[in-house]
Amino acid sequence: MQAVLALADGAQFYGRALGHFGIATGEVVFNTALSGYQEILTDPSYAGQLVTLTMAEVGNVGCNPGDMEHPRPLAAGLIVRNAAKVWSNWRGKVGLDDFLKQHRVVAISAVDTRRLTRHLRDHGTMPGCIVSGEEPERAAAEALHRARGLPEMAGQNLAREVTTRQPYRWHESAWDLDAGKPAAAPAARRHVVAYDFGIKRNILRLLIAAGCDVTVVPATTPADDVLAVKPDGVFLSNGPGDPAACSEAIAAIRTLLAHRLPLFGICLGHQLLALASGARTVKMHFGHHGANHPVRELATGRVWITSQNHGFVVADEGLAATLEVTHRSLFDGTIQGIRRRDCPAFGFQGHPEASPGPHDAQGLFGEFIELMAGDRRHA
Amino acid sequence: MPKRPDLDSVLLIGAGPIVIGQACEFDYSGSQACRALREEGIRVILVNSNPATIMTDPEMADAVYIEPIRWDFVARIIERERPAALLPTMGGQTALNCALDLAREGVLERFGVELIGADRRAIDTAEDRERFRTAMAEIGLATPRAALAHSLEEALQVQAAIGFPTIIRPSFTMGGLGGGIAYNREELTDIVNNGLDNSPTHEVLLEESVLGWKEFELEVVRDRNDNCIIVCSIENLDPMGVHTGDSITVAPALTLSDKEYQRLRDAAIAVLRKIGVDTGGSNVQFAINPDDGRLVVIEMNPRVSRSSALASKATGFPIARVAAKLAIGYTLDELANEITGGRTPASFEPAIDYVVTKIPRFAFEKFPAADPRLTTQMKSVGEVMAIGRSFKESLHKALRSLETGLTGLDPVLAAALGEAERNIILRRELKSPGADRLRYVADAFRAGLERGEIAHLTGIDPWFLAQIEELVDTERQVAERGIDGLDAASLGELKRAGFSDARLAELTGSNESSIRHLRHTLGIRPVFKRVDSCAGEFASDTAYLYSCYDEECEAKPSERRKIMILGGGPNRIGQGIEFDYCCVHAALALGEDGFETIMVNCNPETVSTDYDVSDRLYFEPLTLEDVLEIVHREQPAGVIVQFGGQTPLKLARDLEAAGVTIVGTTPEAIDLAEDRERFQQLLARLKLKQPQNRTARSLAEALAEAREIGYPLVVRPSYVLGGRAMEIVHSDAELTRYIAEAVKVTPSAPVLLDRFLDYAIEVDVDAIGDGETVLIGGIMEHIEEAGVHSGDSTCSLPPFSLSTALQDQLREQTRELAQALGVIGLMNVQFAIQGGTIYLLEVNPRASRTVPFVSKATGVPLAKIAARCMLGKTLAEQGVTCEVIPQFYSVKEPVFPFARLAGVDPILGPEMRSTGEVMGVGRSFAAAVARAQVAAGIRPPRPGRAFLSVRDADKERLVPVAKELLARGYTLLATAGTCRFLEALDIPCARINKVIEGRPHIVDLIKNGEIAYIINTTEGRQAIADSYSIRREALQHKVTYSTTIANARATLSATDHLAADEVHSLQQLHEELTICKEPR
Repeated sequence: MQAVLALADGAQFYGRALGHFGIATGEVVFNTALSGYQEILTDPSYAGQLVTLTMAEVGNVGCNPGDMEHPRPLAAGLIVRNAAKVWSNWRGKVGLDDFLKQHRVVAISAVDTRRLTRHLRDHGTMPGCIVSGEEPERAAAEALHRARGLPEMAGQNLAREVTTRQPYRWHESAWDLDAGKPAAAPAARRHVVAYDFGIKRNILRLLIAAGCDVTVVPATTPADDVLAVKPDGVFLSNGPGDPAACSEAIAAIRTLLAHRLPLFGICLGHQLLALASGARTVKMHFGHHGANHPVRELATGRVWITSQNHGFVVADEGLAATLEVTHRSLFDGTIQGIRRRDCPAFGFQGHPEASPGPHDAQGLFGEFIELMAGDRRHA
Repeated sequence: MPKRPDLDSVLLIGAGPIVIGQACEFDYSGSQACRALREEGIRVILVNSNPATIMTDPEMADAVYIEPIRWDFVARIIERERPAALLPTMGGQTALNCALDLAREGVLERFGVELIGADRRAIDTAEDRERFRTAMAEIGLATPRAALAHSLEEALQVQAAIGFPTIIRPSFTMGGLGGGIAYNREELTDIVNNGLDNSPTHEVLLEESVLGWKEFELEVVRDRNDNCIIVCSIENLDPMGVHTGDSITVAPALTLSDKEYQRLRDAAIAVLRKIGVDTGGSNVQFAINPDDGRLVVIEMNPRVSRSSALASKATGFPIARVAAKLAIGYTLDELANEITGGRTPASFEPAIDYVVTKIPRFAFEKFPAADPRLTTQMKSVGEVMAIGRSFKESLHKALRSLETGLTGLDPVLAAALGEAERNIILRRELKSPGADRLRYVADAFRAGLERGEIAHLTGIDPWFLAQIEELVDTERQVAERGIDGLDAASLGELKRAGFSDARLAELTGSNESSIRHLRHTLGIRPVFKRVDSCAGEFASDTAYLYSCYDEECEAKPSERRKIMILGGGPNRIGQGIEFDYCCVHAALALGEDGFETIMVNCNPETVSTDYDVSDRLYFEPLTLEDVLEIVHREQPAGVIVQFGGQTPLKLARDLEAAGVTIVGTTPEAIDLAEDRERFQQLLARLKLKQPQNRTARSLAEALAEAREIGYPLVVRPSYVLGGRAMEIVHSDAELTRYIAEAVKVTPSAPVLLDRFLDYAIEVDVDAIGDGETVLIGGIMEHIEEAGVHSGDSTCSLPPFSLSTALQDQLREQTRELAQALGVIGLMNVQFAIQGGTIYLLEVNPRASRTVPFVSKATGVPLAKIAARCMLGKTLAEQGVTCEVIPQFYSVKEPVFPFARLAGVDPILGPEMRSTGEVMGVGRSFAAAVARAQVAAGIRPPRPGRAFLSVRDADKERLVPVAKELLARGYTLLATAGTCRFLEALDIPCARINKVIEGRPHIVDLIKNGEIAYIINTTEGRQAIADSYSIRREALQHKVTYSTTIANARATLSATDHLAADEVHSLQQLHEELTICKEPR
């Protein structure tokens, strides 16, 4: 069964239908990670995006319940070169195609993903549309029409759409592969309220593993509600869309900062912290999406290989005096970490929780714990 | 942390000769390191005994020493050169072991030389099995249950706790040498004894078997700021139990989820930190239980390795170059990722958007007696790598790159087999893998076996099996539909799955050119994508390309005048690093002359496949289809086929027919030299002599002709190249047997008979022609008499016994031949001289194995000069018209894989079996032989009991040798015939039984360590078979043996020159070269 992907600028890519047959629209991005397609598909930060995987072979290990970053995939669609018909892995439960079908995710395979990647690299991310299960010519016209009709990502508050409706407690700790199940959670010594702008489960797992008691709250939760439960710290999660559009969250963060509550933000959360501190965010050309991004920790000179997934970035221009840049990307020099000079708050643009990706930056969770313990380094 | 200012000079140790387990990947790493250090202004001193390497070119280092890689010689070099540091991580296990010896002997301390890259503690912890296990336990990583043993008794004791099968791994050896898998006590005893023997520390590890587990390798690079990156993950398609060097491997790892992969990543980095590799590249190997994911660490190499070469080629990340920079103080973030033109730093992890497949190449056809099963001891002699946009495409490309006649997953089982028999064979081949295991897997699917069952038998991950199953299904459909079933859509799909035109032709009962024509008519051609280390995320100007059948082509060919050089493909016996050396030189010379150079090759171990050696690199199979498509895209002004050995030569005619311009000597002339009849006519015209020869189309004809020209005869089938199935026969009976057993003689496949010139001196001459004049590169006299393959004989430049007059005749004949053939470029001529008469054995108007050796010995870069001739620059224009005759002797000594291949007879013969070579330089011939023998690891005989057993024809010639032995303090022991002969001449000698004569016999004495030296010459099939155990036991017990009288003479005279006294740098030797012979 044929499928077609059209980009808003008119570029077309023919391939084979994968997953659910239908129509999917979204901003087309590419991710260069070599592993972790299931985590990527279920990462809420990909809401509203059609994800191209540059890895040539996808689906080889199937999908399993332990690698879900959200109860269901939130990526708008998937674009790959080769999709495995047969999978093999001791943790696998279901094949990629069936997984996509179960969750009604439209996908396309047999695409020259390298051509697409180079196109996005040169022309920037842009709206696109996959149409599958239709006669090719009609599908192409339909896809192009829809791609052109799609709004730009800038200005969209998608966090509001993917966030939890109700606060909840999280209990599961990080996975222990040798045991084949989540590790036992250590005794909780800190209570953390985690803002869910599209939070990945591995962040929650790592907070539990670090000895936190975690309450997850909706993206629009007012600061007063948080303050009312007197947490030791507040976590600001990753999430999709334009951070500047999340005005409620930015307002809430300002209040929390004023109360000098220890704050840790990842990705969108980091950007919101910056915005709440008076910085600006800008849309990137094609963003950072991958698991091989070198980031320098400026204090030590050490280089971490990090997992990244963002299309917006904190701007250097007009950075508030209250913010100190702590990390920078070695790919393009952009800001990768910030810290408030005047209150216990810091943010990291990449994904220290990895999943997928390397664990080099995982020490940041420890820093958050120290911050809550009143370590003066961050105050 | 920038470069350390205190390191003004660095000594680099190479890997020595090419052997199984240590091939030209260390030329790649060493030459990268040399370049990386020199561009920092560091004085580089290099030692390597292997003359066929690029790294030993005088331009590569400030001082190049072609000397034995043994601590006492290297100590001499250190004493002279006083380097600030020693970088031991670029030359494989050889260099590491030598560095440890230098440290142990106090040399490094005495001369204040710092070990950089890996220190002594790190090397010890990584290489010492027990320390390594302890270190792993300390960081919470599991290793297979294991225990060390230093004796057989100890081994038997500890084995009880481990159970069968037991893996035996000797300490401090490479390529699994001396190791194996024991399933019972008898095998355990054998392997342990062998392993203890091979381990320099007399130590073996007995290890719990994790046979059938999944095997992974990670290439890690660390800098002194503790930044770590994984350059590449490599997955072995073959499960644990097959040495990783013999395994089919893919990159990146394909059957791990992210959590599993990151666990490996964390573990690999933890291992590096624990072992203490402060800077540089290392390789960590893991096994994973496919049933529950249990992870164990198998081993780590604290140096660049075969896998780092593969990882570098697979990703475009030059590990050796980066490791060298890190060793002198840089950190990863200070270095640029050069493939992206420095747009990104080296401190990142390459992302790849293709699949790389490596397949090893074996040489079991050369060693029929060797066990062809793949085990933990490496047996392959080379490898190919292929890049595709899917596993299927990459696998297909790799299979046809092998040049073993495969067009894809060709069936291997005979079609006529009954089901029962077929299933028995299949089960055996699936369970105990050999070189063709993948073809048996395909056959198993063809025979209807279930994937699950094949997975169970082979231990290969079902994902890979499913890929092969899908290919087999596709093949079935293609065969059913035939060529008429191929339309644009289906053919495009097949090409995307990597099917070659040739394979599709076989499946559809068509021929390759019809499929190609159809494909071109349908507009289906490959596009070329770039290897850029970043999956397209950043722009790359580096033209490192591979083909695929996607949509967008990134080749962007230039309008410059360009020359394409076809490389040599996989290393194999008879075609190795020497040809890569020539290809690299051609690229360098033409690049200097302003041509755009395009390299095509598929061997990841080589220097030629470094993306910065040529302007453009196509990492592609060297088949007609693949080369023609590159030519179509690039439209080069000319293609060079004469430097890459047989691989490109085989294509020359077809390329020319397709309209491709072949530069240099014409394919017509190359053919003429190989066509027996036409060549004879040419020689007759030039009045040059050839040994009498005939072609026989039946046994009767052969016997009649044999009587005509007389025995002994060299016999060989007409359709086989490279000395395969070649034998020397001495009688009607032997000839009859040969024709009955060894070959099938038919009118279309005749057998060739050549009069064998007994006791002839064999000579190789390398020369260059420019169409008019001819430059003699060098005359090499063989030490072994004619009858030993020229690649297997020791030779000397200049000749050690030939008169000037004879040499001049050789020069003259070479010139005449070159001119008659119209040689433009390189030419090699093999002569035999018998009783003062010169016979012509063979002419090859192309690069020969000896080109790098001659270039090192004479300081004349033959391959570069030849390349320039081919593009129209005459010898006169290049200013190189006279032959350089060195005042010192250079001896080339071959190195054999016999120790690694149990059961193989180490006797030399007409079939080439050496894997590599070393060079020894000396003021006298004997001194040069001594150096060469030391470098080749031949133990010089020490006075004791010498055992003599020679064929009748050698008895006269044995006399002076026997007398010399006595004079040197040996006592003589001989078999009956030899003993009677010597006693008759009053040479004191004791008699000993042959093995067939009852006990105690000679082999008993060898086993008891009572023999110091063996001279055993033999002829005739039966006699060779009878004396096999003598040679094999001698090899096993490390008793020096000579299988020719000439070798015995050279060996004895060499023993006077064994001291590590004077060492010479190549630069210094070349400065001395003053004698220059003008052509007439």
